[in-house]
Amino acid sequence: MTALIDSLETDHEGYLMSRDSWSQPLAVELAAADGIELSEAHWEVIHFLQEYYENYEIAPAIRILTKQIGKRFGKEKGNSKYLYELFPKGPAKQACRYAGLPKPTGCV
Amino acid sequence: MNADKHTPDPVVGRYRVIPILHEGAMAQTHTANATPAIQEASGLPGKLVADWHDRAIARLGELLKERRGLQVFMDTCTKCGACTDKCHYFLGTADPKNMPVARQDLIRSVYRRHFTLAGKLFPKLVGARDLDKPMLEDWYRYFHQCSECRRCTVFCPKGIDTSEVTMAGREILAAIGLGQQYSQEIIGKVNSVGNNLGMKKPALANVLESLEEDILDETGLAIRLPLDDATADMLVVTPSADFFAEPHVDGLIGMAKVLHAAGIHWTLSSEASEAANFALFTGQHDQMQAIALRISTAAQSLGVSRIVMGECGHAWRVAYSFMDTLVGGFDYLDPEHPRPEHICELSHELLQSGLITLDPSRNADKVVTFHDSCNVARGAGMGNIKGGQFTIPRALLRASVPQLVEMSSDTTHQKTFCCGGGGGLLTDDLMEVRVKGALPRAQALQAVVSSDKVTHLVAICAICKTQLSQVLPQHDLADVQVTSLHHLVGDALVL
Repeated sequence: MTALIDSLETDHEGYLMSRDSWSQPLAVELAAADGIELSEAHWEVIHFLQEYYENYEIAPAIRILTKQIGKRFGKEKGNSKYLYELFPKGPAKQACRYAGLPKPTGCV
Repeated sequence: MNADKHTPDPVVGRYRVIPILHEGAMAQTHTANATPAIQEASGLPGKLVADWHDRAIARLGELLKERRGLQVFMDTCTKCGACTDKCHYFLGTADPKNMPVARQDLIRSVYRRHFTLAGKLFPKLVGARDLDKPMLEDWYRYFHQCSECRRCTVFCPKGIDTSEVTMAGREILAAIGLGQQYSQEIIGKVNSVGNNLGMKKPALANVLESLEEDILDETGLAIRLPLDDATADMLVVTPSADFFAEPHVDGLIGMAKVLHAAGIHWTLSSEASEAANFALFTGQHDQMQAIALRISTAAQSLGVSRIVMGECGHAWRVAYSFMDTLVGGFDYLDPEHPRPEHICELSHELLQSGLITLDPSRNADKVVTFHDSCNVARGAGMGNIKGGQFTIPRALLRASVPQLVEMSSDTTHQKTFCCGGGGGLLTDDLMEVRVKGALPRAQALQAVVSSDKVTHLVAICAICKTQLSQVLPQHDLADVQVTSLHHLVGDALVL
């Protein structure tokens, strides 16, 4: 079950050292280790994060994340309460970790 | 694997009780060392060098000469004990090595061993100690349990500045290969990208455009957040957290509304897209200068005549107290505004001159208290009035909200308690230190929540905002909303 995690290179906080080592099964394992089963709703967020990162080389600001998720997947999803329900440890940190993005640094 | 593995149990306690000592309580704390790649990017050794002892002593000797305050602080402590119970990390952790005097003594005892005659001849008689491996480990642990907030300094009859000792300790550690990942990575990103986040210009432009859309939806007005506008008169430099995090973003929006209402032609810069200067925290003066230089270079290339700093505590300390020395000669600025100014100073000036109007009834549902950020309170002034760093933000708040409640006076103004996350400690691997260090602030806040039903805590520092949003829930204060001052100003503004 944890085969992928065990051989994974991460930083000291569990973020992938290289985005190349990301895969869907890995994201499933990372989430499972936190007791989360990834649903379609989780994947909507994870895929958006990856797409944004492709374009801008950084994770989106929370405000942009909520706005874009709301625009794409329905107004009822465009708020931080919804995102925190999906990712209780915070969409910025937890969802970025599952998506294989580096953790944002700074005073955030 | 779990990013929250350091999260401790909630800390509660009675207000202002000096804890019973718990030796070694925080001895297991360790913030991650900078990786070799991060170290080398800053011209530092990738890992602990083989001759670390000799190089550390040699560097200490250099710093004693370069930083004359440090030499004085090494010599003048009389062990009177006035500082012992003034540190939030000591009050929160009960670890005696978090008493400011004990923290200083980590270096002072080594100083005595190598730089005083008595310490060379009779080390045991004068508390002189060798810099051995356990001592080196204590340096790394306990210099990363100090937020360099300088509250202890206020109470020290000799004026010893613990932060200068911590900065020297961290500088030496980084120079022998033991930098801290969190701060050194951030310094690397400012140097390579322009801000702590590592947010490049296209991302920054995307954020600003999105915020302009939000403001238009909210107000119906085309209020701009201009980037690299070479026709602007004023450069605004704000912490990059304002482009990214909550509740910071709302403060940036408030600033944009104020500048719009006053008809000021302003801009942000992608080259100087960061107010923060983490090299203050690491004690690396060359890096501090390089980071400050980004601001003055951007100001000159954009041709602005005013520089205004956003809501960032230590950025303001650097701008107010050190910038002239670091990158000085502000002769390109307007003689009426010949130095970097604080956004609160500017908004207050606009309010007084009638260029903006604030209606506090628009914040009628809020009961607000103000948290003085340590680097503003103890490291700088504001405006051209004595104590302006205390009176100006409060005057702005009073004009913006119906009710401002003060926390206990031994926790505000010059005696303010650090949020617990300052000085390069705002990293998840120090969460236990951060939660415990927030204890005195949380207790003072709890008191006004009970007595006056305070709903909002206002701060003017990106670190304070992030830290308090994250740790107040652990002190049973999840209902208090941490807010940017300019969020409330923006909401009260008559547009």
